[in-house]
Amino acid sequence: MSKELKRVAIVVLLMFGALFVATTSIQFFQTDTLAADSRNTRALYASYDAERGPILVDGQPIAMSVPVDDDYKFQRTYPNGPLYSQVTGYYTLGQGSTGIENSLGDFLSGTADSQFLARINSIITGQKPKGASVELTIDPVVQQAAWDALGDYKGSVVAIEPSTGRILAMVSKPTFDPNTLAVHDTQNVIDTYNSLLGESGDPLINRSIDGNLYPPGSTFKIVTSSAALQSGVAATDTQPNLARFPLPGSNNTVSNAGGGTCGGGDSVSLETAFVLSCNIPMAEFGVQMGDSTLVDMAKAFGFTKDLDIPMAVQPSTIRSPMADDKLALASFGQDEDRVTPLQVAMFSAAVANKGTIMKPNLVDSITAPDLTVLQQFEPKVFADPITSATSSTLSQFMVSAVQNGAASNARIDGVSVAGKTGTAENGEDDPYTLWFTGFAPADNPRVAIAVVVEDGGGENQSGSGNSIAAPIAKQVLEAVLNK
Amino acid sequence: MIEASPRVPDAGRGIRRIRVPQKLRNLELFLLILACGTNAFAVVLVQLGALGTVDSTVITLGASLSVLVLGMHIALRYVAPNADPFILPVAAILNGIGIAVIYHVDLLKGNTGWESVAIRQVVWSAIALVCAIAVVVIIRNHRVLQRYTYVFMFAAFVLLLLPMLPGVGQEIFGARVWIHIGPFSFQPGEIAKILLAIFFAGFLVQRRDTLSLVGRKVLGVRFPRARDLGPIIVIWALSMSVIVFQRDLGTALLYFGLFVVMLYVATGRTSWILLGGGLFLAGAVVASQTLTYVNDRFNAWLNPFSQANYDDVGGSFQLVQGIFGLANGGLIGTGLGRGRPDITPLSQSDFIISAIGEELGLAGLFAVLCLYLLLIARGLRISFAGHDDFGRLLGVGLSFVIALQCFVVIGGVTRVIPLTGLTTPFLASGGSSLMANWIIVALLLRLSDTVRNQPRLVI
Repeated sequence: MSKELKRVAIVVLLMFGALFVATTSIQFFQTDTLAADSRNTRALYASYDAERGPILVDGQPIAMSVPVDDDYKFQRTYPNGPLYSQVTGYYTLGQGSTGIENSLGDFLSGTADSQFLARINSIITGQKPKGASVELTIDPVVQQAAWDALGDYKGSVVAIEPSTGRILAMVSKPTFDPNTLAVHDTQNVIDTYNSLLGESGDPLINRSIDGNLYPPGSTFKIVTSSAALQSGVAATDTQPNLARFPLPGSNNTVSNAGGGTCGGGDSVSLETAFVLSCNIPMAEFGVQMGDSTLVDMAKAFGFTKDLDIPMAVQPSTIRSPMADDKLALASFGQDEDRVTPLQVAMFSAAVANKGTIMKPNLVDSITAPDLTVLQQFEPKVFADPITSATSSTLSQFMVSAVQNGAASNARIDGVSVAGKTGTAENGEDDPYTLWFTGFAPADNPRVAIAVVVEDGGGENQSGSGNSIAAPIAKQVLEAVLNK
Repeated sequence: MIEASPRVPDAGRGIRRIRVPQKLRNLELFLLILACGTNAFAVVLVQLGALGTVDSTVITLGASLSVLVLGMHIALRYVAPNADPFILPVAAILNGIGIAVIYHVDLLKGNTGWESVAIRQVVWSAIALVCAIAVVVIIRNHRVLQRYTYVFMFAAFVLLLLPMLPGVGQEIFGARVWIHIGPFSFQPGEIAKILLAIFFAGFLVQRRDTLSLVGRKVLGVRFPRARDLGPIIVIWALSMSVIVFQRDLGTALLYFGLFVVMLYVATGRTSWILLGGGLFLAGAVVASQTLTYVNDRFNAWLNPFSQANYDDVGGSFQLVQGIFGLANGGLIGTGLGRGRPDITPLSQSDFIISAIGEELGLAGLFAVLCLYLLLIARGLRISFAGHDDFGRLLGVGLSFVIALQCFVVIGGVTRVIPLTGLTTPFLASGGSSLMANWIIVALLLRLSDTVRNQPRLVI
């Protein structure tokens, strides 16, 4: 009988072995996937159990958790909701989150890997766990100036510090009030969300880094000129000064914005083409250097590259490879060129920072409740698209464009401003997309900026980047320079 | 007796002095104090975690339980001084942890007074303990039970049939395994498993020779004659009718598994395992194809996370929420009184293991599983060391029934096997289950006392 008993004992051990394995699998190996399941309400309750850390701008909270007397213990509030909505994003009851609330959610809720010991500590000491606070690089004065300057226009303003990549302002309009999505009533949240989804102008989308992207128009000439200068095509060469340019292999023609030639004379230099923002010479330079040169330069500026600031930035795109007729159009920012405002700000930042783009970034530091710094962000090089020499040439071009060229409305008394406008076509009868990008002061740049205004600023096809976008940029630049 | 010739004690090595009742009972007392202290601490932690204050009424109630457990200890000092010292403390601590977790779910659901499942669990535990004390006191010699082998069989069958009777029978959660008399509901199947174990032991001791010696050899395995198949077919039919009429998969598996294992231990014939396993698998496959509730359980087991199964009535909602609970606990758990076990349906009974895993984590769950293993090991030890075959068979039967029940219910919650509706021994709320398991404890204690009293070999 003993032999059989031994076997029974082994069977019992095997049965319990299976239970040990199964519980380990669920409670150790699968915890993350199970917590991520949308049907897991425990993860939701748990996420409210800890006091979520605040999001700070210049030490002041723009998102914070206030104790309330309900199941969730804390109410997320946004003291200056709409102004910072696209930066903070929203934090809802199980309906997802966006912005910093989403991309740094682990730190804010105290569940990031680097907070593991703190979590253990709070379990042992019985203290209520608390999330880390996130200090942003946003400058409240610049943010407010950008918000005010953009007014009721549909569009976006992005300002970055060229030497560090710190994002000083990020505004996207129309927008929403994240407080309305933070209420503790799921049905209410869903209703608000759906009505925001249905609103015209997609208020939920941060168009600075995401959304449908825009044709860059003439702001792309910074890229084309960079390619022309770096490849040597523009060093000595000039292009025939035409009033109409027949697209290679096509019956269509291109004209300059004014309709005539680009200034006087039989030939036109890159500088003139840039300062006066002429399309035909840019198309000619583009075709001369070839599509791969242009596409490579666009990629060197960040096109098609992934970037987290820490929110994911939608990569800007360009057609590749392309035939010469497309290339001609792409050379002045049409065809299938599509950009985010942040990407356009990076054009200027590259020129401003001697050809080097510092990685754009929204977060200054992450600090645990006990004031230990969990992460401090150091400036990092993102890309090195152009040489210092090219950047100083382009800088002169951009200063000229503001001083005596197509970007005159960005002039600031006593300060040398570098800039480039853009007035991009969408469809034959659609309103233009209006751009300004630039930096100031030109000799010692403190800020690089991109402004985009959709729908022609309400003026259909009669508004221009210089008439509508440049004055907005001017106000934001002044806000930085007056500090 | 099939046993080999009696082993000659090898003085000095294999055998040591084992008649040390005082020492055994003192060890038991020490462990009991640990267990009762842990239980009280668990309830206090639940109160601190969930309420932030300590409420003395519930602790007083829990303390009365400790008094009864100590009462049983004192009874053992007189009527079974050589009983195993680990069994009682293990059962006590499992029972107490169960009450603490049930109490937390009560707090979360706002159950108070007689609505409170924890209070009822305390009362049931008290009743169960009184029954257990009565069993150790009344049954001074387990061999008495062998005399009434067929009485136990009859009683077991009657208990199993009771829920089918109109008037007293009651269907809860689709399973017709309850009887309802006045304000009390009872699951007679729980008690029936003990009666069946006693009956199987008595029956097999009588019939083991015919069941093991004759038969034809096929592929090296001796298979029984057709006419000796009678008993296993009867038990199989009984289990299948439990599946079909009472819609209770787990109980059927429990009875049949119990019988097959006891049959195997009694006869030493692997063919019984093969036959039994084949029969049960065949029955289960047919059932899963023809009975929708069995089919639902299989689908929920294989694909619990599919939205269709999740939304289905009788689908995987409960299973998935239980798994979420376990995952929420992680390695060290949320802490007693800190989790949300109330989200999982039936977290006080069928899914208590998920509640424990959530609040005490993988560490706590491992501890609970080890406590079960310890209890089962002490039970199997009785079988190893016992002298009379009836006692040895009963010991293995009672231990295995706990092991199998743990495996079926915990395996169901953790997706090792399809989910069935069995209670977790000692932990889950439910009077019949508590009573049955405490009676098992009493019987194991009685058996172990006999083993120690008449030493043959200590292992």
